[in-house]
Amino acid sequence: MTTNNTNIPPAKGQERFLTLSGLEPLVVTPDSNFINVGERTNVAGSRKFLRLIKEEKFEEALDVAREQVEGGAQIIDINMDDGLIDGKEAMVKFLNLVIAEPDIARVPIMIDSSKWDIIEAGLQVVQGKSVVNSISLKEGKDEFVHHAKLIKRYGAAVIVMAFDEVGQADTYDRRIEICKRSYDILVNEVGFPPEDIIFDLNIFPVATGMEEHRRNALDFIEATKWVRENLPYASVSGGVSNVSFSFRGNNPVREAMHSVFLYHAIKAGMNMGIVNPSMLEVYDDIPKDLLEMVEDVILDRRDDATERLLEFADSVVGKAKENKVDLSWREEPLQDRITRALVKGIDQFIIEDVEEARQASNKPIEVIEGHLMIGMNVVGDLFGSGKMFLPQVVKSARVMKKAVAYLLPYIEEEKLLNPQVGDEKGNGKILMATVKGDVHDIGKNIVSVVLACNNYEIVDLGVMVPPEKIIETAIEEKVDVIGLSGLITPSLDEMVHLAKEMERKNFKIPLLIGGATTSKAHTAVKIDPKYSEAVVHVNDASRAVTVVGDLLQKETSAAYKKSIKEDYDAFREKFLNRSQHKTYKTLAEARKNKFQIDWGKAEIVRPKKMGIQVIEDVDLRELLPYVDWTPFFRSWELHGRYPDILKDEVVGEQATELFADVQNMLNDVLANKKLRGKGVFGLFPANTLDNDDDIEVEVGHEKFIFRTLRQQLQRREGVPDYALADFIAPKTSGKEDYIGCFCVTTGFGTEEMAGKYRKDLDDYNSIMIKALSDRLAEAFAEYLHKKVRTEYWGYAADENLDNEALIEEKYKGIRPAPGYPACPDHLEKLTIWEVLKVEERIGVKLTDSLAMWPASSVSGYYFGNAGARYFGLGKIKEDQVRDFAQRKGMDYAEAAKWLAPNIADD
Amino acid sequence: MKDIREILKERILVLDGAMGTMLQRYKFTEADFRGERFKDWPHPLQGNNDLLSLTQPEAIAEVHRKYLEAGADLIETNTFSGTTIAMADYHMEDLVYELNYESAKIAKKVAAEFTEKEPEKPRFVVGSIGPTNKTASMSPDVNDPGFRAISFEELRVAYKQQVEALLDGGSDILMVETIFDTLNAKAALFAIEEVKEERNIDPPIMVSGTITDASGRTLSGQTAEAFLISISHIPVFSVGFNCALGANQLVPHLEVLASKTGHAVSAHPNAGLPNAFGEYDETPEQMAAQIKEYVEKGLVNIVGGCCGTTPEHITAIAQLVEKYDPRTVSTAQ
Repeated sequence: MTTNNTNIPPAKGQERFLTLSGLEPLVVTPDSNFINVGERTNVAGSRKFLRLIKEEKFEEALDVAREQVEGGAQIIDINMDDGLIDGKEAMVKFLNLVIAEPDIARVPIMIDSSKWDIIEAGLQVVQGKSVVNSISLKEGKDEFVHHAKLIKRYGAAVIVMAFDEVGQADTYDRRIEICKRSYDILVNEVGFPPEDIIFDLNIFPVATGMEEHRRNALDFIEATKWVRENLPYASVSGGVSNVSFSFRGNNPVREAMHSVFLYHAIKAGMNMGIVNPSMLEVYDDIPKDLLEMVEDVILDRRDDATERLLEFADSVVGKAKENKVDLSWREEPLQDRITRALVKGIDQFIIEDVEEARQASNKPIEVIEGHLMIGMNVVGDLFGSGKMFLPQVVKSARVMKKAVAYLLPYIEEEKLLNPQVGDEKGNGKILMATVKGDVHDIGKNIVSVVLACNNYEIVDLGVMVPPEKIIETAIEEKVDVIGLSGLITPSLDEMVHLAKEMERKNFKIPLLIGGATTSKAHTAVKIDPKYSEAVVHVNDASRAVTVVGDLLQKETSAAYKKSIKEDYDAFREKFLNRSQHKTYKTLAEARKNKFQIDWGKAEIVRPKKMGIQVIEDVDLRELLPYVDWTPFFRSWELHGRYPDILKDEVVGEQATELFADVQNMLNDVLANKKLRGKGVFGLFPANTLDNDDDIEVEVGHEKFIFRTLRQQLQRREGVPDYALADFIAPKTSGKEDYIGCFCVTTGFGTEEMAGKYRKDLDDYNSIMIKALSDRLAEAFAEYLHKKVRTEYWGYAADENLDNEALIEEKYKGIRPAPGYPACPDHLEKLTIWEVLKVEERIGVKLTDSLAMWPASSVSGYYFGNAGARYFGLGKIKEDQVRDFAQRKGMDYAEAAKWLAPNIADD
Repeated sequence: MKDIREILKERILVLDGAMGTMLQRYKFTEADFRGERFKDWPHPLQGNNDLLSLTQPEAIAEVHRKYLEAGADLIETNTFSGTTIAMADYHMEDLVYELNYESAKIAKKVAAEFTEKEPEKPRFVVGSIGPTNKTASMSPDVNDPGFRAISFEELRVAYKQQVEALLDGGSDILMVETIFDTLNAKAALFAIEEVKEERNIDPPIMVSGTITDASGRTLSGQTAEAFLISISHIPVFSVGFNCALGANQLVPHLEVLASKTGHAVSAHPNAGLPNAFGEYDETPEQMAAQIKEYVEKGLVNIVGGCCGTTPEHITAIAQLVEKYDPRTVSTAQ
């Protein structure tokens, strides 16, 4: 039987070559030039592409793909791995569109994901022979073999990472060890055609100053040679720019490093890779002295190679190190100095420069309209084209505000002298508010700052703004746009309500919607139909500028508003049609299919310390190891995982700078005890009631009930329909089980600090302190959860996990939070508050919409069972809402209002 | 019975001609299509040629017999539309297994008769797997290019059912043919690989694409070589082209295959291009004269006919290829 043999006949009279296809063939022979893989269609590598996918701007995303193919990419790498997008759906949708474009689809596709289900979904929609990027022995041999077999059956080539159960290969020996093993398994056991194997041998940076990195490039090159000589027909690939990370900011050196590296790696047999053509010097054009020093580094030829190149690098480019103490720019003309101060966010000399400008102008207002706006326009252009990042823009705004504040008294004086001169006229007036019941304002503040930079006047009403006040202020101030923000789900209803009010009062101005829980879908389906004027969902600051510009500019306004309405109409129709395809179980059916734990055998650990405990003043230093920094960068619109983000090719420099700033602030907070962290938690006996969904909790002599919600969406056979109650032993089991709940905050002091910064016209730090306290609160929750697992409850006394494992939630037991996917019902917070007496004990309050105040707080439950896991409730049906209302003794309408975001439309 | 993989090295094999063209000669009415069994079927059935394997099995056997008499080594089962996807037009999804099973049985029985009479020229049954009427990598709606009317998974499941029934009924070979969209073919091949693994068998697999027009590409846009590469992961018995074009127009594409693959190459073109009335009117002599170019250039190992061809065409082709050596195959499966 030869079903799995690899003897697919090679092309007649030829060797076995890697062959790929889109609409046209790509045959990689030994005579082929280096195959360049385009990677701009990768959400992890391109900020622009990520934004386009998130905003579902697929047309523009296709342009990115097309530009790459036109620019000479012979394969396009497509990657949709981002926490905020549904990778599988985005991959399929984008590939389907790519395939309909013959000028793009002519080249083969590289389906790139770390998740197998995304790869498989991609393989199922591509007719040509693609490349899978990637598989490895990281998760063990079984998974590797399983995936390789399927890839073969789908008819694709594969990139194999030099990675195994132990870790990523970082030496010559480890590279060849893993490649040999991978190759033997693939060729001999799976029957994978050897010419369809491409090894990614991991390119790591050199000249980092670390002794162990000295051979990074050389090991890669030598391992490449080994693979090509010892593993017949296999190819070698890699991402080249990694090698020069330590010279970020110094392009002449980086370009030379890339060329030298490629020159030697290609000679050794590297035949494919990701190279940015604009970051490549022609090998022969590299100045001789630089070439020698770069080769010394790449080939590890001298002990002092790194020092010599570093020294030389400073002479190669002066501007690379300018922000040290190079003040030569102070000699430049006035406008250049002001522009530079704004672009670089340097406020040191701005007052002196603005004064000089004032003296040179007829009227002080001209300094704002002239010098400062010229500088801010440069900032706007750089930001718009992706050359500046959000933290830099916020710093620019800080300089701008200082300059304007200095000028204001002069402007007032001028007005008294010349009263006939009208008020300054900006681009328009925008009202910004976080809606009633919601306290989150980081995103709103960022959008405000960026709009202000673009010469819009901002009327910021702050947080928890009642709708009447928004309406009243909008009329009084004659604003041109209203922008609403919110983070928690009840805020969505508030926004709908405000849209209705605006319609009733016959408003004619556009409404902007933003914030973490908002979405284009919600805006299109729920808000847009309530208001006849334009409603636009805007979820990032850079887009806000273009949207507001299009809305307010006379020439574009009417057409843009019309196109927005049409777009939302079409989107809504599509969305509603789509949602009809989903089917749901009845609540009774779902309960029958609940997650089963064998309570006879389940290990139930009685908490070591029962009852309620209060942490009056946590030592914030203890929380530091538990901080997950990745979301901190995300709140500044810098995307990538910490710590890798610090070395990211696109945003690395910005991220490093931002991180240094937040560390300074953190030191200040710790040294001067500027924030206070308090917490309360309790562990209690509990059992699930007969209805399967309610958990009865005994707190002293009192009984409370936590109401949980159950999944109803019809899914694959054999998958249970979860509710949190499934993780607690039912009363009928006769076993006593336990549950915990908690609330922690690090928000006492945040508002004071933020207010003080704001008064100093320092939005950058005002936003920073809020983002930092949010991280500390999350870290506190993580820290306390660990304490509970290992000490207070003690069911996992011997666990030993590092922070990364904690972030990946590898521990036993869960701490779901009301308002989040497993229990989206915010009402449960009221019960937690009652059980723990949260407000009395630590002072954290709940707003009308059940947001916590101070904002940097986290609350939730503890489930300790080994089977407990996080899940997403998804949509539920009316029968469950009725049941829930009845259980809670609440009006159906009231229950439906609170659960609205989770009720399936039909 | 001699292994077909051996025979392939010795001579050019002849595939049969069109089933549909021959069935038209019977001028079957709606009542004939229905037969006794489906007389009350609530939907029209005329045109459902695959159904004739159940309602007019004698006619199907007769067509097979004529092609075998004409000299065909390989006859194709009457199952071009034998998937739940294609049968949905007639609401006959539930009959798919039976249609394929019975069709294969009819062909097998006739083939066996001929092999018995003439053991030195054994005859083989090719289970025919058509493209279905939906495409997995093209949208039927020009205004919504991202839309797909069918998924890989739906195709895989449907094809798997057809493959199992064809094999159960006695097919010696499987042929994924008239491939408009390579992704559909990949789903069929995926299903075949699954069945091969589950049953631990290794039947010869023929793959035959369709170059739709003068652009030289498949309907889904691939060139001949890109098509070849896209199915190269499967250890096939032969790869080739059929339908849409006449023998002449296929030459450049067969040349690509012949130079780029070590597999056997097959061709079963139409009897020319359709005339103004949609009929194929190339005579057997005209067609054989064009196929002479294939054999003189050593382009093919298997040759037969598609739309418009008849037993007379196959006779002419069989008499022609007898005199020529087959193309050299570097690795027969």
